Amino acid sequence: MSEKTSQNANVVVEHLRAWKSKAIEEVIEFRGETTVVVPREWLQETAMRCLQDRELAFNFLTDATCLDRFPMEPRFEVNYHLVSIPRRDRLRLKTKLSGADPVMDSLVPVWPGAGWLEREIFDLFGIRFTGHPDLRRILLPDDWEGYPLRRDFPTQGFRDVPSTYIPAFRKQGL
Amino acid sequence: MSTVETPIGTAKTMVLNMGPQHPSTHGVLRIALELDGETVVRAVPDLGYLHTGIEKSCEDKTYSQAITLTDRMDYLNPLGNNLVYCLAVEKLLGIEIPKRAQYVRVMLVELQRISSHLVWLGTHAIDLGAMTVFLYCFREREEILKIFELFSGQRMMTSYFRIGGLALEPPAGWRAAVDKFLKAMPSRVDDYETLLTKNRIWMGRTQGIGYISTEDAVALSMSGPTLRASGLAYDNRKLFPYSSYEEFEFEVPTRTDSDCFARYMVRVAEMRESLKIVRQAMGKITDDGPVRANAPGVVPPEREKMKTEMEALIYHFKIFTEGFAPPPGEAFVAVESPRGELGCFVASDGSAKPLRVHFRSPSFINLQALPKLVEGQLISDVIACIGTIDIVLGEVDR
Repeated sequence: MSEKTSQNANVVVEHLRAWKSKAIEEVIEFRGETTVVVPREWLQETAMRCLQDRELAFNFLTDATCLDRFPMEPRFEVNYHLVSIPRRDRLRLKTKLSGADPVMDSLVPVWPGAGWLEREIFDLFGIRFTGHPDLRRILLPDDWEGYPLRRDFPTQGFRDVPSTYIPAFRKQGL
Repeated sequence: MSTVETPIGTAKTMVLNMGPQHPSTHGVLRIALELDGETVVRAVPDLGYLHTGIEKSCEDKTYSQAITLTDRMDYLNPLGNNLVYCLAVEKLLGIEIPKRAQYVRVMLVELQRISSHLVWLGTHAIDLGAMTVFLYCFREREEILKIFELFSGQRMMTSYFRIGGLALEPPAGWRAAVDKFLKAMPSRVDDYETLLTKNRIWMGRTQGIGYISTEDAVALSMSGPTLRASGLAYDNRKLFPYSSYEEFEFEVPTRTDSDCFARYMVRVAEMRESLKIVRQAMGKITDDGPVRANAPGVVPPEREKMKTEMEALIYHFKIFTEGFAPPPGEAFVAVESPRGELGCFVASDGSAKPLRVHFRSPSFINLQALPKLVEGQLISDVIACIGTIDIVLGEVDR
């Protein structure tokens, strides 16, 4: 199974390379999964190619998620997991973003299903997707401060529990 | 969660909030509906009321501690959540678990699928006004929960699958319990169908309602029974087999009508297929053999060995105090949950705690298609459409 996947993967990578070698920064093979690292300028075009090329036919976007490697730079890695239902294949497209400028093109024009996934990444990591039709917070309230899934956001939150910081409670020794 | 922009009310339309506390939203989901009379003009789902930050909490726990959190996402499918998380970490570690444990996993996950579909069927029917089915469905679900209790000691939050195998040896007497259920269940499924399939009210409430074409469903990344009812046989168990599913014989039911009735038919057919898989798995599970992989340092040693071997005691101590560290890398595993493609992305930086755990939850992504399903329909059909997507808010919000 894993052998078959990696063989398929080589075909995919070769195919993409033949199309545009600039669009492929790096190829990572790990545990039978193929990751293609794409510079952010080329991501939307590469994704469109993956969808429309008949020999690739990645017609299903299954997942999009982000990974924060703080304090390393570039700290953000946005991963799109693609599935080709006709060819029974999976691929991961990865784009690296720096902490100073976490902006990239949205893939909603390619796969409309990316809409809520990108909203979730925006909500929890603060990455902005240009061209997204409805980039609002999705899980957290609108007035939430910060981006909780970043590695520099403490799990307990920034604020103390209410009973310790409300002065009235403190006066009463609570 | 966010404030939903209120459409400026012209004389013709009005805005109605459905939820967050509405019995047919199956949890806490709010939908802002813009209505023209009884027709829905626009629907804006608003989520996050049940957001508990499970993905963030996972980063603060060791790999084995995080299993208990996964139970609590999709509370109708805890074993499936355990499975996808364990498979992802096992992939990261590069360990293969014994066949016997794989078959037990398959059997329990399929039982879980039946129980989840039973809850769906019962509550969906209640939403549409059929009370009786609910009582029957929960009677059978109770039998399944008793089997889970037998295996793990817990009815719902089982945490029975562990990294590298199972938490416990299958208990004495499990065969009789599962066998009893398998004998009774096929006729019970017939009973539900007798109550619903040809019922004129049921047909009237579901046929032609909530239509979505195959192209739209794929473009919106829908998966599971909702996609299969639109005519595409995308099932991870067949396409990307995991946990030895390639050794089982079963069909992937599909329909082409793409409406609520088709999704009902697909789920009922899936219950029958799951019964077949459970029956086959029972035949494959041997009475003895290991249920944990031979991976010292990852899988806790047996109790007996700890009393005689020094290494076993050291490993036990190390696993439960500092955990284990998979090699740096990323792994994505997808399984077929009752609701669709349930994925787990785990990234390791070589330490004992995950760098990132992300769940691709099927209800979250299927819910995205809700506006497409309901816009232009009547408000009473919104309830049928929410029910038919089969959302679990614990999983939507995580």
